[in-house]
Amino acid sequence: MRKLSYREAIREAMVEEMARDEQVVVIGEDVGCYGGCFKVTPGLIERFGTRQVIETPVSEEGLVGVAVGAAMMGMRPIVEIMYGDFSTLAADPIINHAAKMSFMTAGQVSVPMVYRTPMGSGTGAAAQHTQSLEVLFTNVPGLKVVYAATPADAKGLLKAAVRDPGPVIFLEHKLYGTEDIVPEGEYTIPIGQADIKRQGTDVTIVTYGKTVFTALEAAQILEDDEVSVELVDLRSLRPLDTATILASARKTGRVVVVHEAPGFGGFAGEVIAQIVEDPVTFAALRAPVARVCGKELSTPFNKTLEMQLPPSPHAIVDAVLALFPSAV
Amino acid sequence: MAIAFDRDRGMAMLSLMVRSRLFEQKVEALFSSHEMHGTTHLAIGQEAVHAGVSPALDPDDWIVTTHRCHGHTLAKGSSVEAMLAEFFGLSNGLAKGLGGSMHLLDLEHHNAGSSAVVGSGVALATGMALQLKRMDSPNLVVAFFGDGASNRGVVHESMNMASIWGLPVLFLCEHNLYGMSSCADEMVSVDSIAKRGVAYGIESRSVDGNDIEVVYAAVQDAAAYMHKEGKPYLLETKTYRFSGHSKNDQRVYRTREEERVWSRKDPIKILRDRMVSRGHLTEEQFKRLEFQEQTVLDEIAEHLIKQRHELTLDEAYSYMYADGGSR
Repeated sequence: MRKLSYREAIREAMVEEMARDEQVVVIGEDVGCYGGCFKVTPGLIERFGTRQVIETPVSEEGLVGVAVGAAMMGMRPIVEIMYGDFSTLAADPIINHAAKMSFMTAGQVSVPMVYRTPMGSGTGAAAQHTQSLEVLFTNVPGLKVVYAATPADAKGLLKAAVRDPGPVIFLEHKLYGTEDIVPEGEYTIPIGQADIKRQGTDVTIVTYGKTVFTALEAAQILEDDEVSVELVDLRSLRPLDTATILASARKTGRVVVVHEAPGFGGFAGEVIAQIVEDPVTFAALRAPVARVCGKELSTPFNKTLEMQLPPSPHAIVDAVLALFPSAV
Repeated sequence: MAIAFDRDRGMAMLSLMVRSRLFEQKVEALFSSHEMHGTTHLAIGQEAVHAGVSPALDPDDWIVTTHRCHGHTLAKGSSVEAMLAEFFGLSNGLAKGLGGSMHLLDLEHHNAGSSAVVGSGVALATGMALQLKRMDSPNLVVAFFGDGASNRGVVHESMNMASIWGLPVLFLCEHNLYGMSSCADEMVSVDSIAKRGVAYGIESRSVDGNDIEVVYAAVQDAAAYMHKEGKPYLLETKTYRFSGHSKNDQRVYRTREEERVWSRKDPIKILRDRMVSRGHLTEEQFKRLEFQEQTVLDEIAEHLIKQRHELTLDEAYSYMYADGGSR
């Protein structure tokens, strides 16, 4: 079994898809000889040339609009935007155009575009390069939104995203060097399927992206307290695998939802709503559903402060233990 | 340089302009009487730009139009019935009633549709041109936009990218003097938007947009340049929107005197008078042309107004995702 880093897995998915279909084209700033802001694309332009690797000026709105137009004509662009924060600049072509094209044309035109961008803090890049803006996209019908944590999931989900006939927002965390086992050979992971990263019986932690690792750490700590954690990695935020969430919640009766984005108006609210709106799951709950989210704070530059922004393993442990009043 | 249409070309172009004018007047009436709902953006007075662009190009060239898209769509060859059906929200409309008057598209006639976000369609057109070039297509894409849209950042970004990549985009500025209520004199930094081509290394030109023979020739010249040089082109057509911005616009931002001055430059009148003076048309023939176009239009509208073929909500859901999923 071989290991690949997160960035290598993403790159391998792109290479395989570009080799399979010449309409798969990587478009973005500095994605050529520089290899992209987070070094995900080195080697692509050397192998595929400028026909399949298109470097653009600093024009986020324009380049994503161009990708949408090209996709309407049969290209399958993989757009790389170097920081998720710049999605604010590209919001018009994504939200007003790509998301609505199939609908507004009654299915006559589709936009098979993948929009890759990294989210999250921990890089010392201050407030404009560290946000977790997934809810910009999850409230827009017409978009699919995925956020892989592990290298294996990233590869399979990216390949599925490239083959999807519509626009897919492919969010990445910035732990690009994280290595893990990635299966050899051809595989895709269907969009819309959560993955149980750890089986457990006492409490369900629902999360996605980088905080999957934080939650795994918390689960390890909780094992010492004899609390068995089931970890549901959503992988796909829209469509959401509600069935897997509800099944786990019914099994354990206790749920903590975790993400790095601020809690207020965040995606955890949607997950919790799905749980409490379902009568059978609601009846199976043995404690209120909790959430552990990022601070309601712009990301500070100062490292000590920045490290306090995202959910910590201990904050998750505390939230879990609070669901077991007698055990504390 | 303008060209002089022969009789057949002149009649075809005059018919198209008259159809466009009468179509828009019909739409205006149907909105006023609440037989159509929503909103609509008319371009009465801009017919020379509608009829003078697509018919001057290869039918396989593409257009991406704007929220003010009726004339462009007619000129590309769409049926009046499919267009009006869309305005009525019917399932036999161009977009099955999901798009309405701002989102007409007709792939069969290489009309990729319009963005109703002012200026955003220019980026889509640029992307379409990128893919056409990648696939070695001989065709170009017309990106229609107005003087208002000329101030959108994405229009500038698109022009820059089209220039550095040598994309076949004909940036077609339909300068009608007003972006909604605001006059270009106060909103645009240059007296001619064609001047902005210089900033992007794009060849450009400004022409009288009310003279169809001028527009037609300028479009053909632009296309010839683009094919020869492998570069984009910016063509500004100066025209005037006789109608208001959208329904319920009382046009408080301009004077009736200004409108009177421009009405003397009515593009239909210009071509009609010229054809009469050339002996290609009589007043009687023109009246008959108007009558025939009006009759056809009225019959189609009357027929559609009784129809109730609408999509169900479930059918609408089926179009949310290209793979047919609804969540």
